[in-house]
Amino acid sequence: MYDLSAVRADFPVLSRQVNGKPLVYLDNAATSQKPRQVIEALVEYYERYNSNVHRGVHTLSVEATDRYEEAREKVARFINAPSAEHLVWVRNTTEAINLAAKTWAAERVGPGDRIVVTEMEHHSNLVPWQQLAKQRGAELAIAALDADHKLDEADFERLLTPSTRLVAFTHMSNVLGTITPAKRLVEMARRVEAAVLIDAAQSVPHLSIDVQDLDADFVAFSGHKMLAPTGIGCLYARSEVLEQMQPFLHGGEMVLEVTYEDASWNHLPMRFEAGTPNIADAIGMGAAVDYLAALGMENVRRHEVELTRYALGRFAELEEVIVYGPADLDYRGGVVSFHVEGLHPHDLGQVLDAEGVAIRTGHHCAMPLVRSRLNVPATARASFYLYNTEEEVDALMEALNKALRYFGRAPRSRPA
Amino acid sequence: MMGTSDLDDLYAEIILDHYRNPRNTGLLADPDLQAEGFNPFCGDRVVLTLALGADGGVERVGFEGEGCSISQASASIMTELLKGKSVQEAHALNATFRALMADAELPHGHTPDELGELTALEGVKRFPVRIKCALLPWATLQDALAQPGAVRG
Ligand SMILES: Cc1ncc(COP(=O)(O)O)c(C=O)c1O
Repeated sequence: MYDLSAVRADFPVLSRQVNGKPLVYLDNAATSQKPRQVIEALVEYYERYNSNVHRGVHTLSVEATDRYEEAREKVARFINAPSAEHLVWVRNTTEAINLAAKTWAAERVGPGDRIVVTEMEHHSNLVPWQQLAKQRGAELAIAALDADHKLDEADFERLLTPSTRLVAFTHMSNVLGTITPAKRLVEMARRVEAAVLIDAAQSVPHLSIDVQDLDADFVAFSGHKMLAPTGIGCLYARSEVLEQMQPFLHGGEMVLEVTYEDASWNHLPMRFEAGTPNIADAIGMGAAVDYLAALGMENVRRHEVELTRYALGRFAELEEVIVYGPADLDYRGGVVSFHVEGLHPHDLGQVLDAEGVAIRTGHHCAMPLVRSRLNVPATARASFYLYNTEEEVDALMEALNKALRYFGRAPRSRPA
Repeated sequence: MMGTSDLDDLYAEIILDHYRNPRNTGLLADPDLQAEGFNPFCGDRVVLTLALGADGGVERVGFEGEGCSISQASASIMTELLKGKSVQEAHALNATFRALMADAELPHGHTPDELGELTALEGVKRFPVRIKCALLPWATLQDALAQPGAVRG
């Protein structure tokens, strides 16, 4: 295991006070904090070798290009992609999914075809498919969750018909923490020859991922949830898929040769990266995966499992609190969504904020799941990362008890 | 810097009382005016029904809602204040309360006194993201009053 206090010392914001209390940051599913090493990589780029990439022979441009392409290689190694050519830089998971939906999928999904997603998709992995289905006269089928909020694999398999062109599912739910058995799901999809996109926005930051082993066609993830800056993310795709995909944006960088009449496309993956890219943040993402790789993703996962186990135990002490998500920690990441009878998440979040505790309240960009499946207008959510501690979980519970007292509901401990 | 005392300003006793024991709940079976307001950001919802008397004034009010203490208390206090008001007076009350929450000058000839228990919501101003919660019932009222039935009288 890693040294937790040394790790915490790498994150400047964690020493901050909020409303007179030490910050307890439990909104990691929304975005993670950044270590000094990532911040310094950005500063170094801007102070030492800020320059455009792939264009100049001068020293700065060569350095910038090297570091930018090196970052792509680091991320490729991090998810065990066969090579860096498989990674397209995008802004975030949302853009990655839209790129796949509006190019590759738009040409392959037609009237009467089927797209399968699950009940727990983030709007980012629901709305693009829902709209594509509407435009193309295709059908969107929604795989259900079981009573324990795990994916109902039998239902998923039942939905896979010969007309299924594409399956898009989350690897880890940002609301329930549910981890899906991605490899098994890909195998099922292959039996009906459907393409597969994995929304890995929550899994790449928290689990050890091997995209070759998963064997999906597309894997989408964001840098900002895994220690990297905002504004940078990746779409991984298999070679065959990338080679068939048409460019989405036309312009500089993505071309090889241009005449007034025509243009030919650049090599992969630059064909999909028109215009000056987000150089600094890509380099920052390289620094972020260096940091994660040094800790070891198995260690990150183990730390989060233990913390989640501890948190679920503490939550169980409170009678008024309903906790969502799988009880089996093999199928759960460090996300705890909960609902307190008679206490609206918004009010709860406000009292917690006064105690320096940052959690998320609302529908978490998964409105159908929260409203139709959990049957509440909103939930409160605490989500952990590699730097969170048991003391911080205790601070959450103390603030939660305070909120319960404040709103006139004395917390009663469950009889042992 | 925020501490428990600011929270006490936000969650004044009057607000907590209206939240725990909302007045005028339940929709009218025979409303002249009805509107629904929804805030997708936090899932707050208010449905408002109004019955007008022969003089065109608000005779009965009923509401249903779900949401945070601020939106629901604001709705409850609003329903109390609306009873007996003409449509014009209801519009004026709406404008006065909005001005209070926006820290703007009150409409000419109006004073905070008319707002009664609503002044307890002033503490919400310190929490900008919550102002929308306080205003949701009032946006709903605006929609209700914009219906053709409100012209009567
Ligand atoms: C499961 C999941 N998918 C997709 C997204 C969208 O990520 P982004 O907002 O970075 O595009 C998120 C982040 O909120 C997420 O948690």
